[in-house]
Amino acid sequence: MCLAIPGKLIGVTEENGLKMGTVDVNGTKTRACLEYVPDIVPGQYTIVHAGFALKIIDEAEAAESLKLWHELIESGAFDPGEEPPSSGDF
Amino acid sequence: MKYLDEYRDPGLARLLLAEIARTASRRWTIMEICGGQTHSIMRNGIDQLLPDVIELVHGPGCPVCVTPLETIDRALAIASMQGVIFTSFGDMLRVPGSSDDLFTVRSRGGDVRMVYSPLEALALARRHPDREVVFFAVGFETTAPANAMAVRQAAREGIGNFSVLCSQVMVPPAMRAILSSSDNRVQGFLAAGHVCAVTGYAEYEPICREFLVPVVPTGFEPVDLLAGILKTVELLEEGRAEVVNRYGRVVSREGNPLAQETLARVFEVADRQWRGIGMIARSGLQLRPEFSRFDASLRFDVGHIRTGESPLCQSGLVLQGHLKPDACPVFGKECTPQHPLGATMVSSEGACSAYYRYHRNPDLT
Amino acid sequence: MNGPFSCPLPLLRHETVQMAHGAGGRLSQELTRQVFMPHFGNDFLDLLDDQAKLSLPSARTAFTTDTYVVSPYVFPGGTIGSLAVNGTVNDLAVGGARPLYLSAGFVLEEGFPLAALDRIVSSMAEAARKAEVLIVCGDTKVVQKGSCDGIFINTSGIGSLRDGVSLSCRNLQPGDRILLSGTAGDHGMSIMTAREGLSFQSGISSDCAPLNHMIAALLDAVPGIHAMRDPTRGGVAAVLNELAASSAAGIDIEERAVPVRAEVRGACELLGIDPLHVANEGKLIAAVPAADADAALDVMRSFGEGRDAAIIGSVCGDHPGMVVMHTAFGSRRIVDLPAGEQLPRIC
Repeated sequence: MCLAIPGKLIGVTEENGLKMGTVDVNGTKTRACLEYVPDIVPGQYTIVHAGFALKIIDEAEAAESLKLWHELIESGAFDPGEEPPSSGDF
Repeated sequence: MKYLDEYRDPGLARLLLAEIARTASRRWTIMEICGGQTHSIMRNGIDQLLPDVIELVHGPGCPVCVTPLETIDRALAIASMQGVIFTSFGDMLRVPGSSDDLFTVRSRGGDVRMVYSPLEALALARRHPDREVVFFAVGFETTAPANAMAVRQAAREGIGNFSVLCSQVMVPPAMRAILSSSDNRVQGFLAAGHVCAVTGYAEYEPICREFLVPVVPTGFEPVDLLAGILKTVELLEEGRAEVVNRYGRVVSREGNPLAQETLARVFEVADRQWRGIGMIARSGLQLRPEFSRFDASLRFDVGHIRTGESPLCQSGLVLQGHLKPDACPVFGKECTPQHPLGATMVSSEGACSAYYRYHRNPDLT
Repeated sequence: MNGPFSCPLPLLRHETVQMAHGAGGRLSQELTRQVFMPHFGNDFLDLLDDQAKLSLPSARTAFTTDTYVVSPYVFPGGTIGSLAVNGTVNDLAVGGARPLYLSAGFVLEEGFPLAALDRIVSSMAEAARKAEVLIVCGDTKVVQKGSCDGIFINTSGIGSLRDGVSLSCRNLQPGDRILLSGTAGDHGMSIMTAREGLSFQSGISSDCAPLNHMIAALLDAVPGIHAMRDPTRGGVAAVLNELAASSAAGIDIEERAVPVRAEVRGACELLGIDPLHVANEGKLIAAVPAADADAALDVMRSFGEGRDAAIIGSVCGDHPGMVVMHTAFGSRRIVDLPAGEQLPRIC
């Protein structure tokens, strides 16, 4: 199962000797074990899978590539067209 | 939703689609090897939007689908035992064994419970010291660290009534098996982004060199998928058999070293049967001998298991990308999510279930 | 005794339900008089006859029944009781009936806390007042511990059918607009939150509400509405599929037009569930002739329950029996019935 959802770490606790956290996904909060991301601090984003935080999301990297794409669109150097692409005959 | 909505932006999607159309000068066949990606592709209609020259082939990226029938039958037998609390992710509950599934075991009185994490199963073991708690540990490298931590924690706390039934498989050996097959048509791979978050992508580099295919770690949202496909097409057009990362916000070359270390501590690599495909050498994970007391397949004697696959099911061909689900003669007829003949029709990551749910009518979509 | 009876809890000899409370003797009477009557009391019920003798305003009558087994029995935005009242009221209203009278049958597990029962009954009374219906007869049985999970409630309802409307799932015509009266998935997700406790927390509240006032106003403004249904179990997807199948028509839905609360969206992502498959308990789907769609939308939005109402799609002559989603990217996919039991015991 590859379902891993990005969310924001908002709190840290400890349970049975394991570092645990509360991750906020758009207002819904879930618990995740933080043992694999020991350096994570509240305010950072992470992906949660099977109750575990697997990676701290690299926000700078994300912002970078999104910025690049949006600049391309805005510069008009590329014209994606107004209408959504047609998916063939209905 | 942060880190989701931005990657569902239709404007960005159109940008990437136009680039793909502009870049592809000939037909290319690309495989995505993660069931979660397959479902996202089908759900968002990515395959409809791509230019016809790009063919997406769905790989065996569904750990539920490739769990051997014998393991499922073993799970059902254990779940039926007195005093056992059998736990698994929701997905496994409806996967058919030779004659039953976990839901029917539950309706006959078996204590079968859905959990979202192996730590929940461990908590059940703590709360019910008089019962045997078993967790069905099915997954790729994305899930293995969670399972490893649960076992390690059980060992630390001395929890004696917890065990796992393992069906852990690994992606790179499956890629090699597909690429080595004589009728392989796959020319490039979208690597599973969350698997790579754990493992990193260094181990794909030898595959690129040996089989001359590009491999692009890719995410799951439409924009991520299209970005991964675009990069793969660019590499194919340039004749570059390399790994280039297109899921940079989550994937790094070295992955998560802590997770890898815990995996190595708890599991060892073993040969593994893949349902529908056969034996793939060194493609699975099993508990190390020092953790064998947590191995449910050793702890419970279920007697002889006689498996019986449906003769009509062609999941194996679907899993290897040789057959599109809607080309299977029983698709949507004898085989539906309500009466599945194989795991690919039941699992939330199975290709057949994706086709059935989103693209049942070929004239329409 | 008529009228609302709120705290304090009436004096009872026990704190929990006993087998004798369902046996018809002294303890049963005590339960009736001290819990049910104070909350439900009305001219019919106060007679304490074995049946309610009613006169109905019209010859054409609607009759429905539903049983409620939701777990947990109290959740953000409602209780099993308010659900039982609103659910039956809505089943009558979507057929074009004015809901009038309800029955309430209770199956209680021995040991069920009486304070909880009082709270549930109180919420039923309040729901009935809001919906302007009377609970005119009822029954209580008690079963041994372990024979039922806490409390199950059945409500049956009678309403008088309004003239001049003909609502049916078979009425859809190509060109009709599909209206959804508000955000999808609130109820099911509020139950999940209440149920899963620590692994899953949110501020999502059930949308449990009576729709009869809004529906009456809708039918006043647009008597020619073709079909109405409330998307409970199976969610919006189930109702759309039923409408498409019954009418042998196709339905097209715009993904971007379906209103979903941000929190519900997040919760559904976490669980891997489609909001269209999640139950609602205070929402309406209507198939309206194109010319009347805007008027219908205005009426919906004039009610609190309908403030987020939207036109989410239309009926077409293509792909009969199928519901097709048009994604924001311009691709299409089928909106299927949910596979099996996504979330058990949500209503």
